[in-house]
Amino acid sequence: MTSRERILQQIKLNKPAETQLPEVKRFDSLYENTEDKFIETLTAIYTEVIVVKDYAELAQKAGELYASVVNRATTIPALGNWADFSLNNPDPHALEMIEIAILQAEFGVAENGAVWISDAHLPHRALPFITQNLAFVIPRKAIVNNMHDAYERLADTTGWGCFISGPSKTADIEQSLVIGAHGARSLVIFLLEEA
Amino acid sequence: MSKTIIEHSVASETFNKDEPYVDWHDETLWFVRQKRDKSSKLLPEWEQLREVASGIKNYVLSHMDELLIAFEQKAKENGVHVHWAADAAEHNEIVLNLLKQNNIDKMVKSKSMLTEECHMNEFLSKNGIEVIDTDLGERIVQLRNEPPSHIVLPAIHLKKKDIGDLFHEHLGTEAGATDPQYLTEAARQHLRDKFLTRRAALTGVNFAIAETGGFVVSTNEGNADMGAHLADIHIACMGFEKIIPTQKDLAVFLRLLARSATGQPITTYSSHFKKPRDGQEMHIIIVDNGRTTQLGRADFRNSLKCIRCGACMNTCPVYRRSGGHSYHNAVAGPIGSILAPNLDMTKNADLPFASTLCGSCSNVCPVKIDIHDQLYKWRQVLVKGGHVPQTKELGIKAMSVVLSQPRFYQWSGRLGRSLMRTVPFMVNNGMNPWFKQREMPEPPKESFRDWYIRNRKE
Repeated sequence: MTSRERILQQIKLNKPAETQLPEVKRFDSLYENTEDKFIETLTAIYTEVIVVKDYAELAQKAGELYASVVNRATTIPALGNWADFSLNNPDPHALEMIEIAILQAEFGVAENGAVWISDAHLPHRALPFITQNLAFVIPRKAIVNNMHDAYERLADTTGWGCFISGPSKTADIEQSLVIGAHGARSLVIFLLEEA
Repeated sequence: MSKTIIEHSVASETFNKDEPYVDWHDETLWFVRQKRDKSSKLLPEWEQLREVASGIKNYVLSHMDELLIAFEQKAKENGVHVHWAADAAEHNEIVLNLLKQNNIDKMVKSKSMLTEECHMNEFLSKNGIEVIDTDLGERIVQLRNEPPSHIVLPAIHLKKKDIGDLFHEHLGTEAGATDPQYLTEAARQHLRDKFLTRRAALTGVNFAIAETGGFVVSTNEGNADMGAHLADIHIACMGFEKIIPTQKDLAVFLRLLARSATGQPITTYSSHFKKPRDGQEMHIIIVDNGRTTQLGRADFRNSLKCIRCGACMNTCPVYRRSGGHSYHNAVAGPIGSILAPNLDMTKNADLPFASTLCGSCSNVCPVKIDIHDQLYKWRQVLVKGGHVPQTKELGIKAMSVVLSQPRFYQWSGRLGRSLMRTVPFMVNNGMNPWFKQREMPEPPKESFRDWYIRNRKE
């Protein structure tokens, strides 16, 4: 008998009497203003939220914010002129040089400030982690209240996706919060009005 | 692997020698518990969420085999290799073989309590494989040749000076440096080099989804993703109880997990792996290692609902004052104490006694495991099975003789009170375990019973 068969057989023998799933598995979060809650949550985790009207304003803000930075990468065609680092290299290790990446993401979650990003919008899964600094662009309307709403949007996921909430951090040394553990040292979220 | 085990009570005594240190440890963990309280109170549906999570996990226990089969099928369709391991040894062999097949002798690893349980690092190291733990706390304890002392906060037992000295020795930081920002930056540089040069990455699994064949890994540092997305081969290891039915169930568990663990509304990264990226190999190892046995123990199977948040440790008055290493088990604290006897009753017989049975653990548990009831029930199983030292058994028997005979009890109480008054040194000495780390209280003049009888007469 293989381990697989043995484990499954033992489980069948030992598992408890059948129980059913709870009837209610979701809850609503009622915020006065979803976007305000999203911004408030992100501010508390060291993340700046910037509302921009259109791609032209996004390009202008990106230019201002990261003026002196070299090795800028993006997945947003409208920022093509702003970027100076190509993402066409098939080897993800090459991304190590990137200082700032501005990436198209899908939607945000007000209760925890998480933003969903996936294979659908990424040439490399490593990109949001390996870049020194990170910015996401999501449509201003694409903010849901809580995680139950989020998974209703995510009925079908691609090969890989991630909720990212704030910059990378750790408190493993005497519980002192340090921003910039292994992933991004800073995170900015652009809310794009005309998307 | 066969290190001598020091009993929890003995290890705690050593831990308690440095009073300011114990106070600091106690307060640090209590602070984390308070953050959990604040965060949970922001959700009006918190108690209902716990109820739902518990209900889903009960469903999982009673449908475990079907869910695992569904998960396996989906994962395979997604292009993921699925392996099954009956015990720790088989798990470790599978990992070793995967590495050998790919000619890999160096691997990065993100947090996985299962690999701690299986003593995988030791095994791989003996077989010529270098494993680098990439979670900062885990890297710290790895450099110290220690196991983690807490499942969420692996280096919570260390002061920044300890870490400064350690990094000075191993990472070349300045002597005497203790600034957490500076030390973390040094670790970031040191580990970035590892991420960029290792071809294999091992991660744990927080949740595996039967519906999609995918799995979720939660970190704050981003180390699981840095490892997995840069490596040619990603190995994910899970105890089989990590399975949940549907992707939507993640909403319930991700809302509870980080809030219970550290008070954050969610961890920085909740990474959903489903298919390997182009050119990458992805493997999942589903491990039993005693879990089927625990599933068959009606009184203890609920322990398999655990989502490893660590809330029961942060709240436990015994854990906070004895430290994780005193539990000599991969998972410490209250939850570890109900999991460990299943793995080895003789070695871990002391752990269910490392509790005051105050019940705080059960009250904070996000999936409503009856932890303190199980601690109490394990004590009975262990005593009946002859796993408890005779002195403890004799003590319990003597107690039972006294407490079952009212007259004998009254007489013993009077004797005790008068001894404390007249010959205090008979009580206030090292032979009396209640005298350790504390003064004995002033003996009352009379018992409640005597007081009651007297006052009723008046």
